[in-house]
Amino acid sequence: MKFSSFISYMSVLLIVCLSFAAQAIDTGRSNLNMRPGVSGISNQVYDLHMLMFYVCIAIGVVVFTFMFYSMVVHRKSKGAKAANFHENLTVEVVWTIVPFVILIFMAVPAAYTLIDMEDVSKPDVTVLVTGSQWKWHYKYMDNDVEYFSVLATEQGQIRNQLTKTQNYLLEVDRPLVIPTGKKIRFLITSDDVIHSWWMPDFAIKKDANPGFINEAWTNVNSPGVYRGQCAELCGKDHGFMPIVVVAKEPAQYDAWVAEQEAIAQRARDEEQRLLSMNMSMDELMSQGEKVYGAVCAACHMPNGEGLPGVFPALKGSALALEDIPGHIRIIVEGSPGTSMASFAKQLTMSEIAAVVTYERNAWGNDTGDIVQAKDINAIMYGKE
Amino acid sequence: MVSTTDTTHSGDHDADTQDHVASDHIDDHHHHEAPYGISRWLLTTNHKDIGTLYLWFAFIMFLVGGAMAMVIRAELFQPGLQIVEPNFFNQMTTVHGLIMVFGAVMPAFTGLANWMIPLMIGAPDMALPRMNNWSFWILPFAFLILLSSLFMEGGGPAFGWTFYAPLSTTYSSDSTALFVFSVHIMGISSIMGAINVIVTIFNMRAPGMTYMKMPLFVWTWLITAFLLIAVMPVLAAAVTMVLTDKFFGTSFFDAAGGGDPVLFQHIFWFFGHPEVYIMILPAFGIISQIVPTFSRKKLFGYASMVYATGAIALLSFIVWGHHMFTTGMPVEYEIFFMFATMLVSVPTGVKVFNWVATMWRGSISFEIPMMFAIAFIVLFTIGGLSGLMLAIVPADFQYHDTYFVVAHFHYVLVTGAIFSIMAAVYYWLPKWTGKMFDITLAKWHFWCSLVSVNVLFFPMHFVGLAGMPRRIPDYALQFADFNKWISVGGFAFGLSQLIFLALIIKACRHQGESVSSQVWDGAEGLEWEIPSPAPYHTFETPPIVR
Repeated sequence: MKFSSFISYMSVLLIVCLSFAAQAIDTGRSNLNMRPGVSGISNQVYDLHMLMFYVCIAIGVVVFTFMFYSMVVHRKSKGAKAANFHENLTVEVVWTIVPFVILIFMAVPAAYTLIDMEDVSKPDVTVLVTGSQWKWHYKYMDNDVEYFSVLATEQGQIRNQLTKTQNYLLEVDRPLVIPTGKKIRFLITSDDVIHSWWMPDFAIKKDANPGFINEAWTNVNSPGVYRGQCAELCGKDHGFMPIVVVAKEPAQYDAWVAEQEAIAQRARDEEQRLLSMNMSMDELMSQGEKVYGAVCAACHMPNGEGLPGVFPALKGSALALEDIPGHIRIIVEGSPGTSMASFAKQLTMSEIAAVVTYERNAWGNDTGDIVQAKDINAIMYGKE
Repeated sequence: MVSTTDTTHSGDHDADTQDHVASDHIDDHHHHEAPYGISRWLLTTNHKDIGTLYLWFAFIMFLVGGAMAMVIRAELFQPGLQIVEPNFFNQMTTVHGLIMVFGAVMPAFTGLANWMIPLMIGAPDMALPRMNNWSFWILPFAFLILLSSLFMEGGGPAFGWTFYAPLSTTYSSDSTALFVFSVHIMGISSIMGAINVIVTIFNMRAPGMTYMKMPLFVWTWLITAFLLIAVMPVLAAAVTMVLTDKFFGTSFFDAAGGGDPVLFQHIFWFFGHPEVYIMILPAFGIISQIVPTFSRKKLFGYASMVYATGAIALLSFIVWGHHMFTTGMPVEYEIFFMFATMLVSVPTGVKVFNWVATMWRGSISFEIPMMFAIAFIVLFTIGGLSGLMLAIVPADFQYHDTYFVVAHFHYVLVTGAIFSIMAAVYYWLPKWTGKMFDITLAKWHFWCSLVSVNVLFFPMHFVGLAGMPRRIPDYALQFADFNKWISVGGFAFGLSQLIFLALIIKACRHQGESVSSQVWDGAEGLEWEIPSPAPYHTFETPPIVR
């Protein structure tokens, strides 16, 4: 059989691949290659990546040149007669030693960068990052600021009913805010399964392990909005828990922190005020629907029917029809050994009251029950 | 390397090649009545029958797992959720991985081992034929259990083929129990298959077939079998702990009970990394058989090939941490695993250099098996080089769990392991059937597969580097163009395998030109000295190898 065309086809294929690769080199900020990022470390990582890439290309070119030369010249159809050699100690030693040297040449700078990356000492700002299904929680350890950060893309866009906007799936309701030019330390953990906090522009990817705390750090050199995603499969909505970080000049950052602390204080005052107030059924239902859609619907589904065998239904369930304290307690405390987490931290008492009322009166669960913030307070703190 | 002086191996069976199966059985003095129909296959202890069963099973599983990949690629054709819900998408990625690893690649290699190892070492059969039957026939049940779990309430396993705890324990559906038992059965099957390979090679080599005369395929399988025996029990331990954590209240992987979720990953990858080499070492063996045949030249560096295989196997036990660089392991361990992982590329490089040196100044022709072997060398090397990049820890933080990794392991497993299996099937099919397969169809199969597989997997490098995580059912808009191409490549690659199916069916109906016992004019080794098709019983009198 003659396949001289074999070689030309293979060459064409290789050239196509290499030209793709060459394009990747040309366009540093394209959709083809890693981004250099915005920290000193991320730039070092990018340089390591490109160094490795060029070394690999060089190795590939050398090996394949020999192989393709042989395929062209040493063809039976061209009358090539097979030589008789089948070993050569010198050559074999050389091609064992040379790759070894190349490896050292690549691994040593990598090790130095790595040691820098893992040095989390002397931070200026520390943020506790907690993953849970399927959102991130940020707590500033030096300030009275903490909040959840969840996907902001509308369901309509995901379900192809609305036009997808520019930051589709990469936008959140409340981004993490950090100052530029400061060493930021991230303490990373999880409340349920393993997540992974990945911010490509900082070259940080660190797993959030339940029950353990990992550390990472960055020092961002230019203000801007940076986007990443959860990188470890964490269940149904793993693809829908993005990370957005806004880096601000230190002065603007300080102003932001002060503003957030004031907002947090006002929210606590409001919470106290609402404890002594009764909301109407309509108010509770409309607020409850909002909370349910944002927090509960991911698992229990917008129609309250859950996912059979995975997430229980609330529609027609004994819990939502009968036992009010049990209903409140499972939201406040979670249910150990299941996916049901505690929402005491994420929701205010009035929000919990609203969502409990909603669940007891939506989708045909017409109990007529009204639950107020003070009922939640009673369960949580054991007082009226 | 190997020459036979005594070719009385198949005795009176040589006379009848037309209907060898029936006649062999009737003549056979130490067999009882030959079963026929379905019971022939259910009760068979013949290594060739069992090899055929394994190969067909692997092919069917390859198509089933491929169908799941088509579901995945259809959903990812465009951004947004169109075809399946995220929970089902996760079941597809999980079961696709499990089926391709445990149902397609591993049984295909076991099938090739069953068929070819006795023929290559001059043995009449595998050493433990009844166990051989059992190790095959439990496999269909394992996969029936796994596939049936998809129809349970709550769906099948949706936690990735790596089943990281606690996603696979506290947070999984009840079908996890079925997953666990199915993996147990697969493990038992693999261990029995491995024991059979080792016992056969240790005890049943023909006189004169010393270890350093064994064909490379036999050597690589011997080492693979030891890896299997070493790590399949570790997998069994991992799934058992998942089972007891989920259903019996233990806390191996639950920090709240004193356990550690990262412990799971250490155990899993202590199995998982050798497992990767279990799926590639026999491929190295196959390529080392094919390249010399079509270069008409002895394999360059036989001894260094054997030592390199052993070195890769040993190194495979000390590199598992490179799957876990982002778990927060201490920097000293990260550096250790980085250096150890990079070391793997030395013996692997030796293998690639040896194949090129075998071709160098050979007399090369490009028959179908050689075309697949050359594609293997080029594309496996691309996968190996991206693996080298992944070893660099700081860069791995960026690559880990992205499509760059998906591209990497599909290059080594599809254009690596699976291309080698196809090369092996084309190489030995004429020996099995006695007829040359349909070369036109084979060429179509090769070229369609080669082009589509690169359209499928090469752009995955780009979307991975640009920031697309793996195992997501929907993605940001900047990944849309490449994903469209990837899906097109995927569908084309899937359809191309139907050409292969048609070719195999034709071959099984014994259509085509009869071939000589040597089949390929550069082929050497005992398997080419028995008639084509290989009689039902071979080497009942061992050949003598000098």
